[in-house]
Amino acid sequence: MERIVPALLVVVGAPAAAAAYIAAAEAMLARAPSSRQRAIRPWLWAAPALAFIAVFLVYPALSTIALSFRDAAGHRWVGLANYVFAFRSPELLGALWNNVLWLAIFTAATVGLGLLIAILADRVRYGAACLAVVFLPMALSFTAAGVTWKFVYEFRPAGAPQIGLLNAAARAAIPGFLPRAWLIAPPLNTLLLIAVGVWIWTGFCAAVLFAALRSVPAELTDAARVDGAGEARLLGQVVLPTIAPTIAVVATTMAITSLKVFDVVYVTTNGNFGTDVVANRMYKEMFTFQHFGRAGALAVLLLLAAGPVMAATVRRLRAEEALR
Amino acid sequence: MTPPARPRGIAGRRRLARALRAAPVHALLWALCTVWLLPVVGLLTSSLRPARDVSASGWWTVLAHPAFTLANYREVLAADNMGQSFWNSVAIALPSVAIPLLIAGYAGYAFAWMEFPGRHTVFAATVALLVVPLQTTFIPVLRLLAALGLTGTFAGVWMAHTGYGLPLATYLLRNAAAALPRDLIDAAAIDGASPLATFFRLVLPLSGPALASLAIFQFLWVWNDLLVALIYLGGQPAVAPMTVTISNLVNSLGGGWHLLTAAAFVSMALPLAVFFGLQRYVVRGILAGALKG
Amino acid sequence: MSTGRTALAAVTASILLLAAGAPAGPRAAGGTVSVLAVWGGSELDSFRAMVKPFEQRTGITVQYEGTRDLGAVLTSRIQGGHPPDIAALPGPGQIAELARARALVPLAGVVDAKSMAQEYARTWIDLGSVGGTLYSVFIKTALKGLVWYDPAALRAAGYRVPATWDALLALTRRIAAGGTRPWCIGLESGAASGWPATDWIEVLLLRAAGPAVYERWYLHKIPWTDPAIRTAWERFGTIATNPAYVYGGTQAVLATNFAEAPFPMLAVPPRCYLHLQATFIEDFLRKQYPAARPGADLDFFPVPAIDPHFAGAVEVAGDLVGMFRDTPASRALMRYLVTAEAQAIWVRRGGALSPNRKVRLADYPDPLSRRAAGILVAAPVARFDASDMMPQAMQSAFYKAALEYVRNPGRVGDLLAGLEQTARDTYR
Repeated sequence: MERIVPALLVVVGAPAAAAAYIAAAEAMLARAPSSRQRAIRPWLWAAPALAFIAVFLVYPALSTIALSFRDAAGHRWVGLANYVFAFRSPELLGALWNNVLWLAIFTAATVGLGLLIAILADRVRYGAACLAVVFLPMALSFTAAGVTWKFVYEFRPAGAPQIGLLNAAARAAIPGFLPRAWLIAPPLNTLLLIAVGVWIWTGFCAAVLFAALRSVPAELTDAARVDGAGEARLLGQVVLPTIAPTIAVVATTMAITSLKVFDVVYVTTNGNFGTDVVANRMYKEMFTFQHFGRAGALAVLLLLAAGPVMAATVRRLRAEEALR
Repeated sequence: MTPPARPRGIAGRRRLARALRAAPVHALLWALCTVWLLPVVGLLTSSLRPARDVSASGWWTVLAHPAFTLANYREVLAADNMGQSFWNSVAIALPSVAIPLLIAGYAGYAFAWMEFPGRHTVFAATVALLVVPLQTTFIPVLRLLAALGLTGTFAGVWMAHTGYGLPLATYLLRNAAAALPRDLIDAAAIDGASPLATFFRLVLPLSGPALASLAIFQFLWVWNDLLVALIYLGGQPAVAPMTVTISNLVNSLGGGWHLLTAAAFVSMALPLAVFFGLQRYVVRGILAGALKG
Repeated sequence: MSTGRTALAAVTASILLLAAGAPAGPRAAGGTVSVLAVWGGSELDSFRAMVKPFEQRTGITVQYEGTRDLGAVLTSRIQGGHPPDIAALPGPGQIAELARARALVPLAGVVDAKSMAQEYARTWIDLGSVGGTLYSVFIKTALKGLVWYDPAALRAAGYRVPATWDALLALTRRIAAGGTRPWCIGLESGAASGWPATDWIEVLLLRAAGPAVYERWYLHKIPWTDPAIRTAWERFGTIATNPAYVYGGTQAVLATNFAEAPFPMLAVPPRCYLHLQATFIEDFLRKQYPAARPGADLDFFPVPAIDPHFAGAVEVAGDLVGMFRDTPASRALMRYLVTAEAQAIWVRRGGALSPNRKVRLADYPDPLSRRAAGILVAAPVARFDASDMMPQAMQSAFYKAALEYVRNPGRVGDLLAGLEQTARDTYR
């Protein structure tokens, strides 16, 4: 208990400290000539965030890049050997392919279903409750999510009582259905793992998109209705274009999530039976095999994906700025 | 049908037609919600069944043969250090949410409304850093914290969660700020408001809902985190969060995994309370954040 | 802005105060020792019971940190310069590397070598040593390669415990002909899926080719493509990949969790009669079937010798701990953990065998664990679980290949060639 009081103090103190920082920064700026002020101010406002990001993300990313050219223990320079190893290993190629599946299907499904749920929820009185239901999996830890889905995918031989919902449901629905061990048969197993990921993340997409839908100005939709637009045209020609930027934000976040996917695979199959992904291989190389060089090379493959994300974001910001 | 009833009949038929048109919407929504809820219902039901039944028959069979017990919950709640670790989790989570949100707010304001060379690039780089796998940061960051003597302290783990949470927080809060009409910001400047006043009196209050929604995402992430805490803080009873206590319920061979069902709901109790408490803000909040994408 | 600055000062002060007052690392508290290990649930209760007398006697507090992700947490904590005082090790295969990196503290002056030599079989001391220097000690062990069965059910069906491998195969055929699947096998085990299959292959190699070949195999002094190794895989395959011999067929073998795999054996009527697993499976079976009486409804026999020369060679596994920080408290705890007094506490609570010979057989809580301990003490030759002796990348590839073999037994040649390739890359 004696630690809780200081912790609560910090909860109050942290915002106060942050406020004090910016106040002190502005007080300092007030003494500078106004031309200087304009140049320095943005950096002072962004400084705390940039500093944390530099220490906790940029510095480790740079050291990872450096490690990727070194040997297992991170001592000797080995050039591109880790990358060559990565691309020669059939397992990695399999993992890369699975990441492509995750990127395509997970992103499309979370954004698509999220949008569908948001559109439907926008039309009913209990919409918020539906969003809460879809959002619920976000509140589960990954271990809990793993246990949850064990009760869906679990397999018992024919004749024994099934404890997995999927086999039980299939047996009830299809006469003569023989129970299947879902998670050992590729490529279906990867799709079933993606389904778990979609179950977890759709809530995030639905919540963000729902809010965007609610923010579409009534004048826009009313004007379209006056012009005699039907519901479908209204959606396609007015609503969706208006929330397009939000869809882009959500899609970007989901695409990055799919590239980094690790937990779902780790707690269900650990990459066995052809379900491996790059982040799980990286984890194994680093913590099981203790090969920091190879782990680094795999991490760099993921970092490379950040390039297109950055380019797209800059482009979008410029376009948005031009409209403002 | 008597004549006076006719108008009502027409209205009724219209209502019926509208209801029929809306029927697919309701059906689809109910179907989706059922699909989403079913696995959780399975988890909840299993958490209320004796351990032996859980691996002997499907959870839905309790509908026919109800046999419930609170034994799993009793065992989870009685777990060694559960009370202390609950408070540890609170102590870890609250600053780990408050700190990144505030400083992301400043950065978001700067990126949205201050002109400076390279701001799009710096902002885009911040967003792109979402891609860094956390596992690669453990060793370099731990070395740093060890050098500063911050390992095993709450302060160290607050800082780590702040760093990890900032890209998303900055992304969403910049959008919340950018969503404000230019006229509003310009008017404030013309009235002679300082950037400080503009931020605290205008941008922050108008981003309030966005802050609240972001707070929930960040809170859930920190609340459910196990690995970051084990690496920087360690699993000693005095500092370990609830996730550590829960993972200690299961033995090295996986025995006792059925307790994770009840543990999931024990661990979700606070986040759910917070979520439903702030739900109004979540919905409104993301509105502000997402307005301009 | 003066209020702002006052606030800043106040808050900075409170944060500094808090950072200082927040719990420090395990060393600062003095009189404490941190232990990082994989034990949870009943194991953790047993460990706590084990160290309780130590805490009472010395006033030192043992701070336990549990994780089932030992590899990630231990690696990061060591590399990051923040190791625990004492930690469990993933396996004997990792000691050499940790010793070379100077992460492990040599135990020469810590534990009493003379009493260790008296109380521990040479095998256990050698397994914890690198180049003659002791770096880690076993605090509990398990006996592997046991065939579990239900004596009552077996008798009722008119079968008898086989004395030779051929008799075991004959029994397998007879049971199958009678319409029941003879074996229950389950290889799923989360992140370590496949290990029960490697246990099969290991014990079959040990029984057929003997301890010398076994040892040369895990040291990679003979190739994976060696006929002796291939034969061991195929002997395992004879049973595990024959749908008439395993309950539920190949799918069930691959998808069933190892801990739940033997449950159908004690069902009424039994769905299978035999199950190969280490001593620790008893705990799972008795939790699921509390009415089963050890000895009457549940018993085991060691996998019979394939070559009679190697009868009595046993396969073992165990939990090792090493010291990562040399403090008086951690030295005291290491000294305590190797004693018969400490280990007898865990033994009495069930689920563990002790490597310490001074723990009396009477301390074991039931006839099965007592018999297992007797076999362990009397064994002329004991060899450690080979996959635990391999580099971790090799072990992981072995697990994976064993799963793949069950799915596709025709690929055994390819799989062994692939493992040989991995071995060349891994043994450095």
